Amino acid sequence: MAENETLTFHFDVDGNDFTSAGEASVKVKKLMRQLGFSPELTRRVSIAMYEGEINMVIHANGGTADVFVEEDCLRVVLSDEGPGIADVETAMQEGYSTAPDNIRALGFGAGMGLPNMKNYSDEMSIDSVVGKGTTIVLKFKVS
Amino acid sequence: MISVNDLAERLALKSHNLDDGEREVTGGYAGDLLSWVMGRAVSGDAWVTIMSNINVIAVAQLTDVACVILAEGVEPGEDLIAAAEMRGVNLFSSPEPTFALCGRIHGMISPHADGEAANEAAEAYTEAD
Ligand SMILES: Nc1ncnc2c1ncn2[C@@H]1O[C@H](COP(=O)(O)OP(=O)(O)O)[C@@H](O)[C@H]1O
Ligand SMILES: [Mg+2]
Repeated sequence: MAENETLTFHFDVDGNDFTSAGEASVKVKKLMRQLGFSPELTRRVSIAMYEGEINMVIHANGGTADVFVEEDCLRVVLSDEGPGIADVETAMQEGYSTAPDNIRALGFGAGMGLPNMKNYSDEMSIDSVVGKGTTIVLKFKVS
Repeated sequence: MISVNDLAERLALKSHNLDDGEREVTGGYAGDLLSWVMGRAVSGDAWVTIMSNINVIAVAQLTDVACVILAEGVEPGEDLIAAAEMRGVNLFSSPEPTFALCGRIHGMISPHADGEAANEAAEAYTEAD
């Protein structure tokens, strides 16, 4: 790999297909193992990404996920054009969820998705505009 | 060491997909809220749940649990079994309650937490004295 060249992967996350949600995360898990990343880092990245994917399906009618493999870190960018998050601080609290009952019946909507993403990543930023959409950037250090 | 095969045999689990029976079971987690499982279960756990929708397989794969055990008589649908096959997830079911299954798994994995084994260990210790 030439210097400064970044390996990137792009995924479209279908907002209508709840059962196939997670496909991007599972692919990233496989790719990371092939690229020789540790099982521990691979696990953290793929779980955090899955929570982001699920959120885009449940709350934002789908979106995109991009993974950038950089020299000393791995970046996951989750972007959607959903309703946005009015109060990010509240949304980040453990247990806070606006998920409807049919989603809860499937075991989601525990309000632990954003907290998991924060715990498993080394850095997390949320950029959200109500009525426009949400972009979440997750950074993982590669040692 | 306890393998998935040992666990299945000793708990008389019904097997729906066996991908890697030699895999070591190093712990356990019980839960139905998937984000809790993703936050707390660790690689090598036996995951006991009553949740049986298709997303369970993705969660099992991402958390890298050793196996999924559907408890309380919950049986997997064809879609779940197909997903387990496709993604190489060990999938079982049992008519036993979650609490009972977890108690037994805990006793197998950490024998000193199990009453009988702890007594045995204590006896051996006294005898050695
Ligand atoms: N991509 C998103 N677009 C809009 N709202 C979101 C998005 N992600 C999360 N949220 C909001 O933040 C809340 C908390 O998210 P999370 O911690 O993942 O819990 P859960 O998904 O279980 O509700 C959600 O209930 C929702 O209101
Ligand atoms: Mg969520």
